[in-house]
Amino acid sequence: MDQRSIADVTVLSPTGRIDLDTTPPLQDCLLPLTQVASAKVVVDFAGVSYISSSGLRALMLGAKAARAAQGRLVVCCLNPAVAEIFRISRFHLVVEVQNDLAAALAALSSSAAAAYRHG
Amino acid sequence: MHVRFWGTRGSLPAPLDAAGVRAKLKTVLARARGHALADDAAIESFIDQSLGFAERATFGGNTACVEVDTGADEHLILDLGSGARALGNCIMAGGRPGKRAVYNVLLSHPHWDHIMGLPFFAPAYIPGHRIRIFGGHTDLEHALRRQHAAPNFPVEFDQLGARVEFVALDPARSHRIAGADIGLMRQHHSGDSYGYRITQNGRSLIYSTDSEHKIEAAADAYPFVDFFRGADLVIFDAMYSLAEAYTIKEDWGHSSNLVAVELCHRAGARRLCLFHHDPNADDGAIEALLSDTVKYEALSRDSAAPLEVVAAYDGLELDL
Repeated sequence: MDQRSIADVTVLSPTGRIDLDTTPPLQDCLLPLTQVASAKVVVDFAGVSYISSSGLRALMLGAKAARAAQGRLVVCCLNPAVAEIFRISRFHLVVEVQNDLAAALAALSSSAAAAYRHG
Repeated sequence: MHVRFWGTRGSLPAPLDAAGVRAKLKTVLARARGHALADDAAIESFIDQSLGFAERATFGGNTACVEVDTGADEHLILDLGSGARALGNCIMAGGRPGKRAVYNVLLSHPHWDHIMGLPFFAPAYIPGHRIRIFGGHTDLEHALRRQHAAPNFPVEFDQLGARVEFVALDPARSHRIAGADIGLMRQHHSGDSYGYRITQNGRSLIYSTDSEHKIEAAADAYPFVDFFRGADLVIFDAMYSLAEAYTIKEDWGHSSNLVAVELCHRAGARRLCLFHHDPNADDGAIEALLSDTVKYEALSRDSAAPLEVVAAYDGLELDL
């Protein structure tokens, strides 16, 4: 799973299906990032084709951990199928969703947004 | 096996009110504009082909009660919610010829919405009739006696004309009741509930209501996957959205449509019936829940076999 930093934001980019088999590695990667004080984390869904209830639970735990640490978790770049799953599950009310990476970074950090704009 | 739903709501009866009926009438009349409705056949055709279920009908408002006809000469009933009143009336009107006056009830648990129909189940008042109430709990008699006691109800339990017996079932073994093999499993719900697997002539029905599936559901060896394995029909408590079930309604003892689909796929079940509808959901909301669940089934299927999804309504009949 690709992980990179853009200024003070960590961007995690899982790929493929997030299901019973692939949720544990995502959660293992995500939770430590969100538990850091004032963590700013983006989960970029551009490469994700499906997310199950277990994956959504992992995102919820990440969002809760981030809030507890005075931080924030944002997801972005949902393809139509994944966006539909967020709508059906009502998880768009649980986890903050932005249309694209630029918007996600801008929601979290002006310096990360600027760094992304300038390549 | 033949299954008929007499009550499909959770928590509390939720009858359609006058405003709800008027709203349906307005929608239907607006839809009828431009249709030639010169005779009854044309009207029937318009109703069946031009209107959605929530427009032409209602999912109903009675709480859990499901009748299962195993072909045996005794009745088999799942829960005694308010739907039991209509079932009892049907039986007393001669609607079940060939059945003896023996009513085998599998009770999921003694919460109010699952027992409130007994005081209005007409056969309970008829001498010579026999009601056998089965369940995984050992204190069902206490719960059912209590709801008949003053000041809650005017007819004491001991005044019932029928002979009412209580039988605690051991979840560790299979039981033979009304011509079917019955297995049961303890479920996560306040005070516990029990799900049932009813098997007859190679066909299996799962009745799993008032059951919350928590983080353990992600485990490979989650026991409900085996319990549901290869079932022809899974009647499943899909009361809340996944977001509700995981957040503000966590530990309320109910589940979601997403978890329903995933468990059925993992178990290789053939048909899922959404059940225990939220009393706050109107017909449009339940129809949308069904539509969303059908979409999610297709999105999540991957290599699993296709799963048919239906939503229970008062009056729905299914053959297995």
